[in-house]
Amino acid sequence: MKDINILHSEPFILLITIGAYYLGNLIHRRFKYPFTNPLLIAITVLIPLLLVLDIDYPTYEKGSHAISMLLSPSVIALGYALHKQIGHLKGNVCRILLAITAGSIVGVLSVVGVCYMMGTPHLLMVSMEPKSVTIPIALGITERMGGLAPLTAITVFICGIFGNIVGPWFLKTIGVTSPLAQGLALGAASHGVGTARAMQLGQLQGAIAGMAIGLMGVWTAVVVPLVEYCLS
Amino acid sequence: MKGIFIILAFLVVGEFLSYLTGGFVPGNIFGMVVMFLALQTKLVKEDSVATVCTLLTKNMTLMFLPAGIGLMAAYELIAENWISIVLNITVTTLIVMAVVGLIVERNKKGDKK
Repeated sequence: MKDINILHSEPFILLITIGAYYLGNLIHRRFKYPFTNPLLIAITVLIPLLLVLDIDYPTYEKGSHAISMLLSPSVIALGYALHKQIGHLKGNVCRILLAITAGSIVGVLSVVGVCYMMGTPHLLMVSMEPKSVTIPIALGITERMGGLAPLTAITVFICGIFGNIVGPWFLKTIGVTSPLAQGLALGAASHGVGTARAMQLGQLQGAIAGMAIGLMGVWTAVVVPLVEYCLS
Repeated sequence: MKGIFIILAFLVVGEFLSYLTGGFVPGNIFGMVVMFLALQTKLVKEDSVATVCTLLTKNMTLMFLPAGIGLMAAYELIAENWISIVLNITVTTLIVMAVVGLIVERNKKGDKK
């Protein structure tokens, strides 16, 4: 019984979580492909490991709480990154606002479009509309619009992972190479998880992405009710 | 240590601002803005937060790992709606990324000419 207790203990869970993240970074540094993404590697290593060791999600969640708790402080730390990079923003304010406005409108409308083509029920559609927005804001939007909060949280998160994995590669393919554009696109499409990836590309990309999270969140909160109003 | 104190203090301020505005914009986003303004106005010295902030932002991916594992717990909900979820996410995320990225990229090139 004693080893089972160790496996379920907080230090052990922290150890394997940070271990998986470290491994992900090591592999990513060695082989630079979209699929050698640190987050993706860490998740694919951890899930089977947890299943084999018979650690269920509530236990894991409790054990890894110390790491999740660092998320808010790291969002605040983005304020520092933004401060360091503010010089690059001067003269770009208009195009940033234009891009985010377009991004939030297109983001919501594209969900509506895909859902209509697929014949997805309205409830699911509403739940997925705020998917490019940081989770707390997305949940606020879903609640007000009567969507399913768990479904929103999942789509938002998968959307983040997806952008985190293919984002830099996709942006390069379509010819988006300036750090400003890369950062803004990653933050706008994939919120915090995209920002984490942008940070790996560079301090400027990360700082801009952090700013994009806030702008995109506020804009989408305005756009979703408007779109729903027009549809009804 | 001072850096950690400042970050936590701004988090509390951010949460309070969030509470005052009805909780719609999360406290950490407010905190980010407060941190930015404090540094710009030199209310907080850059050096005092530099180390902690760089460490945190560089390792942001780690902070999302527990939530990523949470997908395991939501398996049923995903399985029921997976086609819709997958299509929506892949297609629309790329569209948003392309729109935002290209608008900034194009205009930037235009300016340089």
